[in-house]
Amino acid sequence: MQPLPGKPHFLQPLLPTPFSERTHALSQVDSFIQWSGYTTVDVFTTAEQEYFAIRNATSLYDLTPMVKYRIAGSGAERFLNRLVTRNIAKLKEGRVAYTVWCNDAGHVIDDGTIFRMGAEEFRLCAQERQLDWLRDAAIGFDVAIDEITEEIAALALQGPTSCAVLKEFGVRGAERLKPFEIGRFTVDGLEITISRTGFTGDLGYELWMAPRDALAVWDRLMAAGKSRGIRPIGSQALDMARIEAGFIMLNHDFVSAEHTIRAGRDRSPLELGLDWLVDFNKGHFNGRRALLTEKQRGVRRRLVGLDVAGNKPAHNALIYSDHTGIKEIGSVTSAIWSPTCKRNIALAMIDAPHFDIGHTVWAEIYLNRELVWERRMARAQVVDKPFFAPERRRATPPADF
Amino acid sequence: MTASLSTTAAPQRRFDAIIVGAGHNGLVAACYLAKAGLSVLVLERNDYIGGAAVSRQLYPEFTYSNCSYVCSLLRPEIMRELELPRHGLQIIPYEGGCTMMRDGGHLALYDNHDALRREIGRHSKRDAEAYDRYSRDVMRQCKFIKPLLMRSPPDPTSFKPRDIMELLYLAKRFNGMGEERMYDTIRFWTMSAADFLDEYFESEIVKAHFAGSSIIGTALGPRSPGTAYVLLHHYMGDIDDAVGAWGFARGGMGAVTKALAASFQEKGGTIHTGAGVERILTRNGRGVGVALTDGTEFYARTVISNMDVKRTFLQTMDAKDLPDEFLRQVRNFKIRGSSGKLNIALDGLPEVPAIPKGAPCTRGDMHVTDTIEMMERAYDDWKDGFWSRAPYIDMLIPSQIDPTMAPDGKHYMSVFVQYCPYRLANGAPTETGWDDTQRKAFGDTVIDTIARHSPNFKDLILHAEIRTPWDIEREVGLTEGNIFQGELTMDQLLFNRPIPGYAQYRTPVKGVYMCGSSTHPGGGVMGAPGHNAARQVLGDLRLAA
Amino acid sequence: MAARYDHIVVGAGHNGLVCAAYLAKAGKRVLILEASDRLGGASVTRDFAAGFSVSACAHLLGQFQSDIVRDLGLARHGLRFVSGPMPTAALSPDGRPVLLSAPGRSAADADAYPAFTARMHRLARSLLPILGMAPPRLGTDAWSDRRGLLRMAWSVRRLGRTDMRELLRIIGMNAYDLMEEHFESALLKGALGFDAVLGTNFGPRSPGTVLTLLYRMAAEAGAGGPRAVQPEGGMGAVADALAKAARAAGAEIRREAPVERILVKDDRAIGVVLASGEEVAAGSVVSSADPHTTFMRLLGPEHLDTGFVRRIKHFRHKGLAAKLHLALDGLPAFSGLDPSTLGGRLLIAPSLDYVEHAYNHAKYGEYSKAPALEITLPTVNDPSLAPAGKHVLSAVVQYAPYDLAGGWEAGRERFTDIVIDTIEHHAPGLRSLIQARELLTPVDIEREFRIAGGHWHHGDLAFDQFFMVRPVPGAAQYRAPVAGLYLCGAGAHPGGGVMGLAGRNAAAKMLEAA
Repeated sequence: MQPLPGKPHFLQPLLPTPFSERTHALSQVDSFIQWSGYTTVDVFTTAEQEYFAIRNATSLYDLTPMVKYRIAGSGAERFLNRLVTRNIAKLKEGRVAYTVWCNDAGHVIDDGTIFRMGAEEFRLCAQERQLDWLRDAAIGFDVAIDEITEEIAALALQGPTSCAVLKEFGVRGAERLKPFEIGRFTVDGLEITISRTGFTGDLGYELWMAPRDALAVWDRLMAAGKSRGIRPIGSQALDMARIEAGFIMLNHDFVSAEHTIRAGRDRSPLELGLDWLVDFNKGHFNGRRALLTEKQRGVRRRLVGLDVAGNKPAHNALIYSDHTGIKEIGSVTSAIWSPTCKRNIALAMIDAPHFDIGHTVWAEIYLNRELVWERRMARAQVVDKPFFAPERRRATPPADF
Repeated sequence: MTASLSTTAAPQRRFDAIIVGAGHNGLVAACYLAKAGLSVLVLERNDYIGGAAVSRQLYPEFTYSNCSYVCSLLRPEIMRELELPRHGLQIIPYEGGCTMMRDGGHLALYDNHDALRREIGRHSKRDAEAYDRYSRDVMRQCKFIKPLLMRSPPDPTSFKPRDIMELLYLAKRFNGMGEERMYDTIRFWTMSAADFLDEYFESEIVKAHFAGSSIIGTALGPRSPGTAYVLLHHYMGDIDDAVGAWGFARGGMGAVTKALAASFQEKGGTIHTGAGVERILTRNGRGVGVALTDGTEFYARTVISNMDVKRTFLQTMDAKDLPDEFLRQVRNFKIRGSSGKLNIALDGLPEVPAIPKGAPCTRGDMHVTDTIEMMERAYDDWKDGFWSRAPYIDMLIPSQIDPTMAPDGKHYMSVFVQYCPYRLANGAPTETGWDDTQRKAFGDTVIDTIARHSPNFKDLILHAEIRTPWDIEREVGLTEGNIFQGELTMDQLLFNRPIPGYAQYRTPVKGVYMCGSSTHPGGGVMGAPGHNAARQVLGDLRLAA
Repeated sequence: MAARYDHIVVGAGHNGLVCAAYLAKAGKRVLILEASDRLGGASVTRDFAAGFSVSACAHLLGQFQSDIVRDLGLARHGLRFVSGPMPTAALSPDGRPVLLSAPGRSAADADAYPAFTARMHRLARSLLPILGMAPPRLGTDAWSDRRGLLRMAWSVRRLGRTDMRELLRIIGMNAYDLMEEHFESALLKGALGFDAVLGTNFGPRSPGTVLTLLYRMAAEAGAGGPRAVQPEGGMGAVADALAKAARAAGAEIRREAPVERILVKDDRAIGVVLASGEEVAAGSVVSSADPHTTFMRLLGPEHLDTGFVRRIKHFRHKGLAAKLHLALDGLPAFSGLDPSTLGGRLLIAPSLDYVEHAYNHAKYGEYSKAPALEITLPTVNDPSLAPAGKHVLSAVVQYAPYDLAGGWEAGRERFTDIVIDTIEHHAPGLRSLIQARELLTPVDIEREFRIAGGHWHHGDLAFDQFFMVRPVPGAAQYRAPVAGLYLCGAGAHPGGGVMGLAGRNAAAKMLEAA
């Protein structure tokens, strides 16, 4: 769907993506969301059916609204290394790294992926726009930062048959792409950059292309995937998959430190359980001193996985230290019944010292049963993440299904 | 609605409390006292109530909010406790706002976050995103200050338990912000709006648009330290928890005081209009009542003045009842006329070529000052005793949203003008104030300024009321026509407002209180001073609020 | 790289020298590195025409703390004064100047003046302990921070209720209103108001200018009373005495050794690299350079967090004061001024509105069309500064914004003429005495004294850049975010003016950390 001709932003604030013409046509239930200034599909048919395309076949998801920045210049590597918590000097050309970046206090501003496109050129994919922060972070570095969200259309192709679909689509050598690797391909004159990345914790790829090629790529992928069960999915299905994969999401599991109004709502990577992303030995980076202090002192709370008794998702549940429900020790940030694991899973922010693996806590769950609310105290155990991690997500070359 | 003296056969002379002035704060205080069971009399000099919150018909079929024109600061607690919605008050939010630029461009503000981002992004992509940081920081300050509005400031020099407790409360709240934000707060309260905005934005038009509220009603320029606070003062309001939202009162600003009066009268209160107070009467060093200009006297053990401090103590009280040092401080209290107002009846909606057709931003505040420098130069004119040659104006056409303000197809426009001096350097100000030629020249400056952005504006004018600070003083009774009853500078805020040592609504004379905007937390149609004063009175009378 | 030194002091300005002297006195091995070939930074005497010398930046000494003079034995090291407390004359366009010590134009003013100054000095003195302490941090559990806050509160509280109330009221006010509250005479108000804005980015109507006035008076109180004095040999003599004191205590001074970069290893400052490429190691580094130079150039943003860099970026540091030097053939005569007062401070600030108008231009990147001036004739008290019978005129000129529209190359000569015309009006015949002239704009001050922005105070002195937030939160306790790096210049609390407190406070903080 092209933008309605002549509708200015004050009458139509949200942009269509280059795929909207197709996605809107395929949408059966008219369920859309606002995502970073775009309208995208939340549910095409039902979230459950779409979810199973991720875990069983191939799902196609319009990723265009993901905020993208081009970061280029002789100081790009130094700039990024000072910006984010991981060591970007170690990131090789043609590779992708997941990372977070913090403010001075060591609190997370956003998480995202960094693509090393060349020696001095990177792409930063973020959940939110932050040119303001990035440009201030660039003071003193020889680097140019431009938002390129509108210049690049993006699709996520995820699921066990996704590699097979790519091959059918005409991407030669797709099977050789390792996790977090980037490849550049030309298929019938369509230039596509493919990264073996995703937000589902399954085998999958993300495809990056010029907006003018977007519909052609979509159509050919749908045709190529026909016999492999390809199906367009909306954000709800993706959200189920990402919780199973233990991935965190901005404004669900944490709030950007650039946006919090109240004191004490910011979260550090250590609190989010992302210690493995923080490289204290690479030299200075934003928030390092504060994080070092926090590490020495020990975190006050941590985001953990919960295995909750029963089968009722613990949405928004408060967490208590015991079944009496007197001592509040945290709350659930994301929760679903996992259709694949057949477990009632949740991500929860829990105070020290209750967050260690194996610890038992209690979740206060409210159930709406035919308009009558019932309260349940459910036993829950702190467990390791991810909840679901199939081998196929890492195997290179992947199997065909 | 109001009972005037002449229609009352045997007027009651003795009340528990008398309130001098039926402005919004006087009426709020009156309501709370009546609610606590006191017999309360409100005396108003004009033939109509409302003070600076009035709706007036000065041209047939048009309603002018001819003084205050925006309703955002009125505390929701007061609206709820006094049941103002039931008494007819309804507040409708603005749908946007805009600044028209000299080069034909514009910047608009929209409620929708994405529309706003794309709009600011037309001027600077970075500023569009910095806006989130800006509103976050303003919101953080609002959250810190909001609870303080409805509290009496402590006296930092006092060792009384109440003052010490209140200081500790302040310290605790401040401390609760965390180290970094405490420093931010110190800076925020003391810096200039221009410097503050420089820390967020790069685009001149974006800075100019937001700087506007830092000068409204104040005799400072956007580069004067302390104006960042004034900016916040205008943002402190909230409509249904949307902090910073501005709105119209349906039926004009008089709807606010009308609802207050109805609430008051339902509680058994009495209002006399056309009853100007000549003197606050004292006996043995305590307030006992008031005498009207016609000689009538009313008696009460509590007299509360809704007038500003200069009017209260220099014109309505006897100097010998007041300590010299206090009088000196009252004379030193800064109440400066810096704003004018035009109320215009229009034959139709003016064209504004700068604004794209269909953009809702004209249903909010419109401006024509596109740089901070322009604003600062406007202030320089005022310092020299002239009205600004290129004034900052805050104009609204409420009749677009509120059909009660003007006949169908016609429109009422409210134009607030910054800066306009009380005294002109060249000639005026005499006993008779501004003469008609000067007043007209001032009005023409404003009308020409608007006409530069609207080709058919002048042709549409049916009637224009031009109000200089001198006119506002004469009609409303505000000294120098200052809309805040006193500058909102650091030396006149919190425990310094209005006079150090007298920030808790009491005066040196027992039984005489203040409840106007001269007191904490200051001006704007907020109602907090009235509420806080009533609580102080009831506390002193050992009655629960 | 073995550390030969405990501390390296970057810059031999007066604060750097004070800091070094205190450190050395405490037994530390100290090396001072100065970029130029002379010591003193902005406290310097140099030639500006053949045979004529002048205190090229700061030209009076009224704020140098007497306890520092005593601690460091500066008298012993050659610091002598050629003047007692200098009188201040407010020059008047009508040729009838007024002495501030006896402002006789109006009887009411003459009555009000002593009470006003007495009270202002009382209030200023209550701020003196604040100037002499390292600002406490807020919201910490540290006892030292709480003690600092209590000390502040006590110092103010001790004033008693009436004075405390007055202090809390006026401290946020502007000088304009304060003067209007007390005096009638435009000349007196103008002169007092000008003192409040001297060296600031404000006009007398700017709120916060009572703070700058009180601050100045507090510093003077710490220097032994309200006075301005002239050191023998100009301000360079202060630097010389400090250098001697530092050397006597064991500090080493290297000139023409500009620091290129501060060396950081494992998030700790371990020394410096000189422009020559030479590396010098030390246990810690203290910089008397301005915050922009220290953090953005010498240290580099890669060692700092983005929020901190953002704050440094917004630290307002652009100067508005220029300095005029005239080499004169003889002593000029000022209309109506007794020659005995020519050795004093002569102010051209005939009314508050005059100064405010001068400021108006600066807001828009213009120089003042009618500037306000603080003039001295240093050769009246100290003939050694010029050939026999000749004289020097040294004047602080406001306002001359760093970012002059059109640039200073184009504007310098025209502005110099305006300034000279302004003086000539009060001293007819001055022009014919001029042998040589020099105007140092903030851009020149930046170049000559290596102060980014050319601001004497290294950064605006204003409430939002004062005390706990000076220069920025995170570096307000003289300690940089990088361990082992300290600040001791005017960019740190309590700011500029030749008073030596930033250097002394920083040294105390460093010794405490050691």
